[in-house]
Amino acid sequence: MTRDSLNIVVVGHVDHGKSTLIGRLLFDTDSLPKGAIEKVKRISKEKGKGFEYAYLLDAFEEEQKQGITIDTTRLQFKTEQRDYVIIDAPGHKEFLKNMVSGAASAEAAILMVDAKEGIQEQSKRHGYILSLLGIKKVYVAINKMDLVDYSEEKYEQIKADFNKFLNTLDVYPLNYIPVSAINGENIATKSDKTPWYTGESILDSIDSLEKAKGVDERPLRLPVQDIYKFDDRRIIAGRIESGSLSVGDEIVILPSNKTTKVKTIEYWQEKDKKDTVTAGMSVGITVEDEFFYNRGDIISHTDNIPVVTDTFKGNLFWLGKDDLVKNKKYKLKLATLEIECEIEKIDRVIDASTLETIEDGERVKRNDVSEITIKTKSPIALDEFTEIEATGRFVLVDDLDVSGGGIITKASSFEVEKKFQAVDGEIYPVRERLVTHEDREKRLGAKTKVIWITGKAGCGKREIAVNIEKQLFDSGKSVYYLDYDQLREETKSIASATNIAKILKEAGNIVVVTSNYLLKEEREYIKGELGRAYFTEIYVDAPEDVCRTRIPEAKVEDLNEKSNEPYISVFIDKCDFDGIEKAKSLIDVIF
Amino acid sequence: MDHLDKLEAQSIYILREAYKKLGKLGMLWSIGKDSTVMLWLAQKAFYGHCPFPLIHVDTKHKIPQMIEYRDNLAKEMGLNLIVDTNHEAIENGMGPHEGRLNCCKALKTDGLNKVVKEHEFEGLILGIRRDEEGSRSKERVFSERSSDSTWDYANQPPELWDQFKTDFKKGNHIRVHPILHWDEIDIWEYIKREGIPIIDLYFSKEGKRYRSLGCAPCTTPIDSTASTLDEIIEELKNTDETERSGRAQDQEDAHAMEKLRKEGYM
Repeated sequence: MTRDSLNIVVVGHVDHGKSTLIGRLLFDTDSLPKGAIEKVKRISKEKGKGFEYAYLLDAFEEEQKQGITIDTTRLQFKTEQRDYVIIDAPGHKEFLKNMVSGAASAEAAILMVDAKEGIQEQSKRHGYILSLLGIKKVYVAINKMDLVDYSEEKYEQIKADFNKFLNTLDVYPLNYIPVSAINGENIATKSDKTPWYTGESILDSIDSLEKAKGVDERPLRLPVQDIYKFDDRRIIAGRIESGSLSVGDEIVILPSNKTTKVKTIEYWQEKDKKDTVTAGMSVGITVEDEFFYNRGDIISHTDNIPVVTDTFKGNLFWLGKDDLVKNKKYKLKLATLEIECEIEKIDRVIDASTLETIEDGERVKRNDVSEITIKTKSPIALDEFTEIEATGRFVLVDDLDVSGGGIITKASSFEVEKKFQAVDGEIYPVRERLVTHEDREKRLGAKTKVIWITGKAGCGKREIAVNIEKQLFDSGKSVYYLDYDQLREETKSIASATNIAKILKEAGNIVVVTSNYLLKEEREYIKGELGRAYFTEIYVDAPEDVCRTRIPEAKVEDLNEKSNEPYISVFIDKCDFDGIEKAKSLIDVIF
Repeated sequence: MDHLDKLEAQSIYILREAYKKLGKLGMLWSIGKDSTVMLWLAQKAFYGHCPFPLIHVDTKHKIPQMIEYRDNLAKEMGLNLIVDTNHEAIENGMGPHEGRLNCCKALKTDGLNKVVKEHEFEGLILGIRRDEEGSRSKERVFSERSSDSTWDYANQPPELWDQFKTDFKKGNHIRVHPILHWDEIDIWEYIKREGIPIIDLYFSKEGKRYRSLGCAPCTTPIDSTASTLDEIIEELKNTDETERSGRAQDQEDAHAMEKLRKEGYM
């Protein structure tokens, strides 16, 4: 039986005692090998100092000479509860990139504040970075309490000040713990020096943390890492970032949006054979249809797919040698994907230690935080960070170095947002009718429905729509086909098409609508307006040459953002397809 | 997934990143437990087809059983093995009597650099672990080395969310560390779970066993009665001796390993 393990990072301003706290934790939990203590004793003596717990971590000669931490260290210790990997992060502004490297792999954090010095620049900046990294389990350790005579007043004051700052960042510390790391007060056990403090020691606090769970139950995300053809198998390799996958599952590959089924889950030795694989596993699968896969594509189930877009908004921290500048090209890395991108807009630049902001900036300086809009060279599959972490964060490479990291806050284009602001009007109360929707359905003898058909120009969706209209009409149904292009140019929007479709539906009709594509937000808007149960989506796909032959001037770019919910997919493979037949088969599926 | 499953999955991910993103790749195999575990992980990652050669830097001072074991296993598993030695240094009389650190530098660091240069490796996979020693604890998973193999350890780039350093200047190379996050007990528990064949120098004979393997003149066995995998795991759970206490070069100077590693030591 193996034990639970948890990664914790210790952050905070320089010299507020991070390395000392960790050294003390290791000492108190008996986690130090004899050699290590001897070695530190020897070095401390050579340098004419008392026993320096920090030397246990600050292994570099330079670090010991200067008495600071330059790079992060990971050390392990065990309690009865579980195993810990504790990560020491440097507190100097100069080494912020190392702090980020350390913190990025942690699930929980201890933020150190010196009781005497109080909250300093890096205390705040580190607090901000924890919030950006999505680390919610945060303890604040108010250290060097011995220097302020274990004053409750001092403790309360720092707590109030720091809470004010952190809460605006959506960081709510689980507790503030008064400690003296050097003397071991409130570290492994409760101290009798702080009788006014009712909480737990550092060790008991972290032992009470519960591990995050449930990544297995999230939607499937399997970013393609590589394709292997070592023998006659063509294996798609990657790590499952969320969800689970079984043999026989229907899957979709994004952004190309091809669907297929999982044929096998591969293994080297018989004992590793599995029919279902889950989040965290590095796997290899074979599939039924041999498409062309790219590293960076994301495999998901056919429901709950990622967003496909070329524009998104994110929160970014910048660590580059040079400033981040607008309109410059960078390499974006998201899960296994690498693509060229451009900073379309720097929406806000935030000084992470004061929270002062500059709107609509031109550049972001090293160690600053910003809200930006990124445009990628072509559409990519991604998620918002709050939905799925692993596919909702990214790094930017400037020249040869990873120079910034961020999380995706809004996975769609800025334009859509504006379009929708315009349609949000005031709502006037509408007089309740004496004839209800149900009355009309009963009279006209059919359940109403809005069948929304999308597909790029030239794919044949109108040919299908007119035939659906005709066949339903001939069978006695009340039906109307609304072509998006029927709308007057100045009022053309998905919102007005929805509005008209809604009225037609309310009047008791089955409504067929066509438009070239739907963005995710638009689809959500339609469903909100009509009610999910009334909305059926058909996506018509056709190869480029078919589209071009059917409509020579057609722009065949596919802007559709696939639905998370089931929709009907139709593939048109020749220009002179039989619209009557297609319509008939679709009616059979829908009704 | 249990603890070992997680370690394994992460290591496989790293090996696959290295294979995909780096050009010419080689894996250092020291015959010891760590690099043998790594060899096993590579078999898993690539479904029994280790797609890069193994490299052994032979100092000619290795414990003789190691060489015998190396040649047998390579033959048995059909491994593509590159063995190289810094013959020039040996001919010029280099050995531990010239100073242990000088010897390590010449026969291991320089020997390794020679292989990298000769074969033009872009990526070198090494089985070092963070818990072994201070300067290793500060390593990145993908760690860049300049063309003369030096490590700019005070200026390492950020490494977050498994986005590794894969863009670098031509002529430099990347040291890839797939088992950096394992500890010594993890290694032994994994060897036990997977049934990985391991050289028997690690098992106690007449009250002594090797805990860490290296060159014969600078490696001493520890007092131990652990002659099975279970006994080794039990022993490690209760020891407060460091893993590398039997490695004489570490004791030469308070910062011996840091100094060696700065110049390209593994």
